[in-house]
Amino acid sequence: MKTSIGVTSLYRVLRAPFKRVNMLWYILLFLITPCWVNAQEEILNKEPDTIMPINLEEVILISARKELDYQKQPKPLSSLDEYLELSQKVGMIKRGAYAWEPALNNMTSERLSVTIDGMRIFGACTDKMDPITSYVDVSNLAKAHVASGQQGSEYGNCIGGAIDLELDKSNFRETGFKASLEDGFETNNQLVVLGAEANYSNSDFYVDGDIIYRKAENYTAGNGEEINFSQYTKYNVSVNGGYKIDKNKALTATAIYDEARDVGYPALPMDVSLARAIITSISFEQNTIGVFSDWKSKVYFNKVTHVMDDSQRPDVPIRMDMPGWSDTYGFFSEVNLKTKKQHFLMKWDGFYNTSLAEMTMYPNNPNENPMFMLTWPDVRTWNTGLYAEDKISFKKSSLKLSARLAVQNNNVADDFGLNSLRIFYPDMEESKTRFLKSASLQYHKHLEPIHINAGLSYGERAPSVSEGYGFYLFNSFDNHDYIGDPNLKNEQSIEANAKISLEKSKLKIALEGNIFRMPNYIIGEVNESLSTMTIGADGVKIYENLEYADLINVSLSTEYKIIPELGWSASVSYHQGKDDTNRNLPFISPVSYRSGIQYNKNSFSGSITMKGAGDQTNFNPEFGEDKTLAYIIFSLTLGKTFYLNNDVVYAKAGVENIFDEYYSTYTDWKNVPRMGRNFFITFSYKIN
Amino acid sequence: MKTIKLIFTVIILSTIFVSCSSDDDEMIVNPMEGFNLVTSFDANNHSIELYSKKNDFSIGYNEVYIRIKDIATKNYVSQSEISWMPMMHMTQMEHSCPKSTLTVTDDKTVSKGFLVFQMPGNTDEYWDLTITYKISGEEFTTKKTIDVISPVDGKQKVNTFMGSDGTRYILTMTGPVDPKVAVNDFSAMLFKMENMMTFSVVENYKITVDPRMPSMGNHSSPNNEDLSYDGTSKMYNGKLSLTMTGYWKINLKLLNESQEVLKGEDVTTDNLESSLFFEIEF
Repeated sequence: MKTSIGVTSLYRVLRAPFKRVNMLWYILLFLITPCWVNAQEEILNKEPDTIMPINLEEVILISARKELDYQKQPKPLSSLDEYLELSQKVGMIKRGAYAWEPALNNMTSERLSVTIDGMRIFGACTDKMDPITSYVDVSNLAKAHVASGQQGSEYGNCIGGAIDLELDKSNFRETGFKASLEDGFETNNQLVVLGAEANYSNSDFYVDGDIIYRKAENYTAGNGEEINFSQYTKYNVSVNGGYKIDKNKALTATAIYDEARDVGYPALPMDVSLARAIITSISFEQNTIGVFSDWKSKVYFNKVTHVMDDSQRPDVPIRMDMPGWSDTYGFFSEVNLKTKKQHFLMKWDGFYNTSLAEMTMYPNNPNENPMFMLTWPDVRTWNTGLYAEDKISFKKSSLKLSARLAVQNNNVADDFGLNSLRIFYPDMEESKTRFLKSASLQYHKHLEPIHINAGLSYGERAPSVSEGYGFYLFNSFDNHDYIGDPNLKNEQSIEANAKISLEKSKLKIALEGNIFRMPNYIIGEVNESLSTMTIGADGVKIYENLEYADLINVSLSTEYKIIPELGWSASVSYHQGKDDTNRNLPFISPVSYRSGIQYNKNSFSGSITMKGAGDQTNFNPEFGEDKTLAYIIFSLTLGKTFYLNNDVVYAKAGVENIFDEYYSTYTDWKNVPRMGRNFFITFSYKIN
Repeated sequence: MKTIKLIFTVIILSTIFVSCSSDDDEMIVNPMEGFNLVTSFDANNHSIELYSKKNDFSIGYNEVYIRIKDIATKNYVSQSEISWMPMMHMTQMEHSCPKSTLTVTDDKTVSKGFLVFQMPGNTDEYWDLTITYKISGEEFTTKKTIDVISPVDGKQKVNTFMGSDGTRYILTMTGPVDPKVAVNDFSAMLFKMENMMTFSVVENYKITVDPRMPSMGNHSSPNNEDLSYDGTSKMYNGKLSLTMTGYWKINLKLLNESQEVLKGEDVTTDNLESSLFFEIEF
């Protein structure tokens, strides 16, 4: 009964002239309509049964190992970026159709630790056009772990949290040989996705291989406007293997090659002719070592090459090339100690990164010498840290204590670059060492059917390469050149979080929030005395420590199973970010909400979802932001599983942005509009 | 086998060679190592050799080293008194240029000084250099035409101008010789033209510095330091920040002791360059 009311009212609203409908209608709709089951987000209980779950980690399922998983995914061959966007805490900053930059708790790359299977990788682009998430593909991945705030410090020093992308491996499961073919097509930008994978796995040995290819043309926004320079081509090949030395020990290895070419960035003045990553690792795992268990060690190396140029742009004031290189060598070793009441984890990790980027500008007068500068002066970052956590279980409650202590050294290895920076900082030393500390306390109390989680933590981060050593990095959003400051203080974070949830078999309601006070918050501030380098720029900003900045995120989410096959869920979130002088921080989400219904029965699945946001009233004009208008979009998916002898074909089709709404969100660089109506269809053929 | 033998031979030979040459080094040290012999001329049974860090004499500041070789003995002569006089023979008139006195360096066979040529020679007009020197009490004089060219890169390193005070000045850049993307030591010399033959160093004026890149929106650079007079070197010293390679126009303004502008203008959005400037391209 309830459902039919919901669907009817939904239908009525859908028919109403869209842009005129008052926001209140939607909120009302959101409150009364049984809605969207966000099946992608779940709190994972990884711990053995004696210890109560305490990790407030969000896990986004990506791999479709099981039919169930496949059906749960609204769009199985979508990009990793689209998967991450499904998370409530993650926003994706868009500069085009490719390589979106994840923001967690409204904080971006420099405040996050983004890892692939625990490996640190750093993008090679000074303009953040190649976040780490762009160098893997959904074909490689099993899950994305999203840990908020200092809960992410297991992976590295961070303020906003950590995103760890877990690679998909057969892991000595007795599955034998399996293969699958994948194919997807989308109408809006004529995206073609072709993928294949083959796995062999037994209890002693496994090898997994996969390849995926994507090619997209320009996409079209809601009003039929073609967004030029939004095309991309990419392919990704990966191989994982494992060998059991004996019952207790195993050796595993990973190699990923990812290459994107001809990637357009409509929001930026430049495109990318090549973005390439080679990611490799070897691990040793041992089940028990004395009283300890699950000893895991890994050494890794990755190499990122990024070539930014404007050769495709018809009209530029000056031609330029901006290649960048980032190589990282790293390791970690972790061991667990589990008792009946405690679970202790210790980890030692380290990485060495070299970041080099250059810019060559070609004067219109061909007889003049090219203008050359190092925008990242071959910065060598060496970071090593110890992390420990202890989960203690009490009767009906549990406590998690964790701490990280790290030392980081930055060294400017290139004299040309060092001398460049000394123009601004004459007394600058080439080497700087920092100590980074983090500690956190998380408490969970279970009062059936209510769970209460609360935590308090402190963390620090070092300035990023751009913030510390960037040299005339142009930001097209606020139209300023940015210069780093090697003498910046560490940014700190004092964070409190709380969550109260009601969990019944059919109904789940959770209210959660976190607040960050960030002393020495790092942000670029205009320096009037400096002359702008980039033609047409409005000024020069230098990274500075503010006294502090505050960030608040609050969200309310509900899930309700009307009948076992039919569920709805909804969430609404509020965010606020202000600095010490009450200015808004950039990239802070307005009130946003999403809801949907999902139906799953036998081989059939379907869902209707809506998502939207209110007007962005708290924007930062100094960062180039303006009031992004409210929007609401609807999507529909249908899935069906077919059986052919032993093999299985999953098919999924759908339409996104059904009403072809022209919109952009607070995360869209320079308000570049998002994709209009888009039909997609995907097939996955599993050979058993 | 053949390659091994060859490698061995090379190693042995090179060892011998290295040990021999190091012996030689102790005996003869060439004080002009790293300099170029720009020109030499024979007179009075002497060969007069003119050296520079550059390959030629060009307009602007030229540091010149002079050695005198006795043609008979092939030995370089220890110098005591030596002087010079450059002269430009134009079609209508003659004039000299700013110059230093020649001083004998620690190595007595080498003397050192500088010449600031305001203009290059051409088919009808030429520079010559008269050198007067004493050996064992006997005075010799010799005169030779020298080639003075515009700088190879065509960039302006010297300004000859009439100041608003009615005086003719010559301002020449002396450094950086090898500009870098860095804060460079920037130096210049300022002369007043007393008459056609006499040029005196101007003291205690000030020259403001504003480097710009005309090809890149005429942007400037931070932390430059205006040129101020240094009595010991008789030069104007300051700092020049170059944030990237390429073509830089160093816009200047000359101020006298009472801060009156004698030459040059501020660079603004409407006025893209000063009439007093140097050029650097690297």
